[in-house]
Amino acid sequence: MTAYTATVTVRLKHGVLDPEAETTKQALERLDFELDALRSADQFEIDLDAADADAAADRAGEMAERLLANPTIHDYEVDVAQR
Amino acid sequence: MTVSIVRFGGSNCDRDAERALTHLGVDSQIVWHEDGLPTDTTGVVLPGGFSYGDYLRAGAMAAQSPIIDEVESLAAEGVPVLGVCNGAQIGCESGLTEGAFTTNESARFQCEHVFLRVERDDTPWTDAYDEGDVIEIPIAHGEGRYEIDADRLDTLEAENRVLFRYCDENGDVTDAANPNGSRHNVAGVLGDRETVAVMMPHPERATIPHVGMTDGKGVLRAFE
Repeated sequence: MTAYTATVTVRLKHGVLDPEAETTKQALERLDFELDALRSADQFEIDLDAADADAAADRAGEMAERLLANPTIHDYEVDVAQR
Repeated sequence: MTVSIVRFGGSNCDRDAERALTHLGVDSQIVWHEDGLPTDTTGVVLPGGFSYGDYLRAGAMAAQSPIIDEVESLAAEGVPVLGVCNGAQIGCESGLTEGAFTTNESARFQCEHVFLRVERDDTPWTDAYDEGDVIEIPIAHGEGRYEIDADRLDTLEAENRVLFRYCDENGDVTDAANPNGSRHNVAGVLGDRETVAVMMPHPERATIPHVGMTDGKGVLRAFE
């Protein structure tokens, strides 16, 4: 078994309104920053032991499918690194 | 013979539901989710509130509670199940109903009265109304915007599973009457069976006359 950190990034699907990101963008503009767009995402860092990187990614992906993301509104990505 | 109102840590409309059902003469009891459903359960309310502090997403944690498996089993048998507000979010997170309730278009918590158009009058929840009726009921939510893939929404509408839509006082379904940006003004939907429904507005807060409005009591009559 090898120790990995799986990083799961969950973001809204393209086309799903993100009112919090829009509000944050407006707040940045009130601070006189120039920007075209802002997207927000949630990131989860999961320490786990697995036989190999694929197994670690599969397990983290299942965590995303079943809880961390809501497939109705979210896309997600999984990155795995040894720790 | 009792309606079980499932209380999670952070539920806060459980007693409202109990009082409203008592007012209608319906026997009910509040059930702590870890205790499981009593065997004499003849209906289930997933009440409003902020279960688990809305951690991760509203309803996401409560949807993992083992009692939801019991609720799903009863729902599959045709026992009436109603999710209101946070209960609606739990219903969608658990897969009892399709879609998701997420952050209001305004990005703000909204507590106000809304008008709903009754889309069907042949379900237990709307038997007391006629199709096209306009009812006034309160909302109180920050994450009530109904989202669903366009294809799935088409299917949901083709299968006539939208129960209520936000409308103006004349019953017109308009963008201006949509309080939270919900797709096609959807305020409540049915599950696989007509006996399963979720809705963001609060019928239990519009049942007892002394709170000012009673248009919601027809929904709770499903439990009579």
